Amino acid sequence: METLENILAAAIRSGTPLLFATLGEIITERSGILNLGLEGLMLIGAIFGFIAAYTLQNVYLAFILAMVAGALFSLIHAFVTISLRANQTVSGLALTMLGTGVSGMIGRNYIGQVAPKFSKIDLPLLSKIPLIGKVFFSHDVLVYVSYILVAVTSYFLFKTRLGMNLRAVGEEPAAADSAGINVFLTRYFATIIGGALTAAGGAYLSLAYTSMWIENMSAGRGWIAIALVIFSMWEPYKAMIGSYLFGGIMALQLRLQAEGKINISSNLLMMLPYLTTLIVMIVFSFNEKFRKRVGAPSALGIPYSREEKT
Amino acid sequence: MLHLKLKIEKRLEHFKYENFLISVVSLIISLVIMGIFIWINTGNFADVVETYKELFTWPFFPELGLVDTILKMIPLALIALGLLVVFKMKVWNIGAEGQLYLGAMATTWGALFLFKNMSNSISMITLLLIFGAIAGALWALIPAILKAFLKLDEIVTTLMLNYIAVYWLNYLIYGPWKDPKGFNFPLTAVFPKNSWLPELGDTGIHIGIIITFILVFVTYFIMYKTHLGFELKIIGDNPKAARYSGISIEKNLIIAMIFSGALAGLAGSIQVLGVQHRLQHGFSTGYGYTAIIVAWLARLNPFSAVIVAFLFGGLLVGGEQLQIVMRFPISMISALQGLILFSLLASEAIFKYRIKITKNDPIKIGGEFNGNT
Repeated sequence: METLENILAAAIRSGTPLLFATLGEIITERSGILNLGLEGLMLIGAIFGFIAAYTLQNVYLAFILAMVAGALFSLIHAFVTISLRANQTVSGLALTMLGTGVSGMIGRNYIGQVAPKFSKIDLPLLSKIPLIGKVFFSHDVLVYVSYILVAVTSYFLFKTRLGMNLRAVGEEPAAADSAGINVFLTRYFATIIGGALTAAGGAYLSLAYTSMWIENMSAGRGWIAIALVIFSMWEPYKAMIGSYLFGGIMALQLRLQAEGKINISSNLLMMLPYLTTLIVMIVFSFNEKFRKRVGAPSALGIPYSREEKT
Repeated sequence: MLHLKLKIEKRLEHFKYENFLISVVSLIISLVIMGIFIWINTGNFADVVETYKELFTWPFFPELGLVDTILKMIPLALIALGLLVVFKMKVWNIGAEGQLYLGAMATTWGALFLFKNMSNSISMITLLLIFGAIAGALWALIPAILKAFLKLDEIVTTLMLNYIAVYWLNYLIYGPWKDPKGFNFPLTAVFPKNSWLPELGDTGIHIGIIITFILVFVTYFIMYKTHLGFELKIIGDNPKAARYSGISIEKNLIIAMIFSGALAGLAGSIQVLGVQHRLQHGFSTGYGYTAIIVAWLARLNPFSAVIVAFLFGGLLVGGEQLQIVMRFPISMISALQGLILFSLLASEAIFKYRIKITKNDPIKIGGEFNGNT
C-alpha cells in the first residue's frame, strides 16, 4: 500500500512537466500552428527558471520569468511561421536546436549549483483522504497549479468566446477571418501562451522535480508531449490522463533502476518511455476515432494568407 | 486618417542564383547574431573576432583541421543525400541519427563477431557496409510502414526510435560488447585490421569519400532522371493530384524511407570502419540532426549538399577547436545551427514574397493582410 501510494504520487510528479507542455501545445495546435520546438522550449524554461531562482532566491518569480523566456522564444516561431508563412516543421526543429544550444551555453556555469526549490505543501483536509490524499494532494504548489490549469484550459477552449474563436481559426481560418476574427493575432496569442506553458513544464524540472540544472535535462519529454497531444485528441482532460500514465512509466523506470532488484541494464530501462510512446501510438491507431484524427484542427500546419486560397 | 497598409505578395520575377543567395545571406545573418551573442556573453569584441578567425581558418587548412573536416563531411553528406529524397516528398525523417546508430551497431556486430575471421579484406568491408546499410534501412522501414498503413506521424515515431537506438547502443557498449581490455570505458574492442577502410594514399582520408561522391550521382540520377524521382516531386508538391493520377503514395514513401535509412546506416558503417575502428560512446556528434540542416541549406540539391556538408563539417571541427582554444561549450554549435535554420526560413520568405506598403483604401474590405485590424 505504502509503495503503491509512493509510485502513484511519483507518477503525478513526473507527469506534471509533461502536462504543462501538452496543455501548451494543445492550445497552440488548436489555433492551427504546429510547434515542434517543445523540447527546446522546455530546456529554455528549465535554464532560465534555474538561473532566476539561483540569482533572486525566489522560486515563484523564477517560475514566472521562465514562462516569459518561453513566450519570447516561441515568438520567433510565431513570427517565422505566421507572418513569414515558413514551414512549421522546419521552424519547430530549428527552435529545438536553438533552445538546446542556448540553454547549454548559458547553463554551463550553473552545472553543479543548487538553487532553491518549490517545497511540498500538504493541502489541508484533502491530503488526509486515504490513498487519494497522498497521491494527489501532497505535492508542491505547481502540481496544484497544473490541476487548475487543466480545468481553465478546457473551459477557455470550449466555453469562452475567445477559445471558440481560437478553435475556429484552427479549423477554418478563412471562414473565421470573414467572421471578423483576427487570424494572425489569434495564432500569435496561441503560440506564445503555448510556449510559456511549455517553458513552465521545463521550469518544473529544475525548480521542483530537482533543484539543479543538467544539460539536456528534458530528455525527450518535449517530443513525448507532442505524441501526448495526439493521444489526448487535443482535449485537456485526456491530456491529464496521458501525462500521468507516461509520468508513471518514467517514475517506475527510475524506481527499478534505484532499487536494482531486477537484473536489467539501466540503459534498457531508459528505453521504456520512448518504447511505450511508440507502442501506445500503434495500439491507438487501431482505434477508428484516433485514426481519423478526431479533434485534430483541420488547418493544422497550414500557413494562412488572405490572398492565396487553397 | 491615413492608414499604412502592409501587403505581402508573391514575387513574380526570380533572379539567377537566388537559391545560392538565400543560403549565403542566411549564413551571414546567423553568424552576425551569434557574434552579438558572444559579444554580450564575454563582453569583449576581440573574442568575437578571435572566434570567427578560428572558425574560418582552422577547419579549412591542410596541416590544421582540413582532414578532420573532410572526415566529418562524409557522414553528413551521405545522410543529407538520403534526406533529400524523403524531404522532396515532404516526409520528415528526423530519425537519421537512429538509423546511423543502427548502421554502426550492425557493422560492429559483423566485424567483431559474425565475420571476424574473414581473410579477404575487400569482401569483408563490402559485406560490413551492406550490413550497415540494411540495418539503417530496416530501422527507417518501421516509421515508413507505420506512416503508410497506420497514418502515424513520422516525426514523433522517428524521434522515439532515435532515443531507443541511443540507449540500445549504450546498453551494448556498457554491457555485452564492452572491451574487456578497455579499462571499463564504454567502447568495444578494436575491429580486425581487415575491416578497416583503406586510406587514399597517406592523406588520412578513407575511401568513404569515393562512396560519397558516387552516391551524389546516384541520388541526382534518382531524383531527376527516374520516374520514381518524378513521382516523389509530385507527391511533395501536391499529394492530392498525385493520388488522382494513380501514384501510390505508400509505395513511394516506403522506397524513399528505405533509401534514406540505408544511406544513414551506411554513414554509420563508414564512420566506425573508417574513423574509430571500434564502436564507442558518442561516436556521432549529432550528424543525423545536422544533416537535416545540410539538406535544407542545399535546397534539396545533391551537388550543393556535398558543398554544404563540407562547410558544416568545418563548422563541427571549428566548434571542437573553439572548445579547446576559447573554452566554448559545444552547445554553441547547436545554437548556431538553430539560428542558421531560422535565418534560412526567414530569408526564403523574404525572397519569395515582397512587402508592399500602400495607403489604405477604405472601400475595399478584406482580401488583404491589414496590419491595423
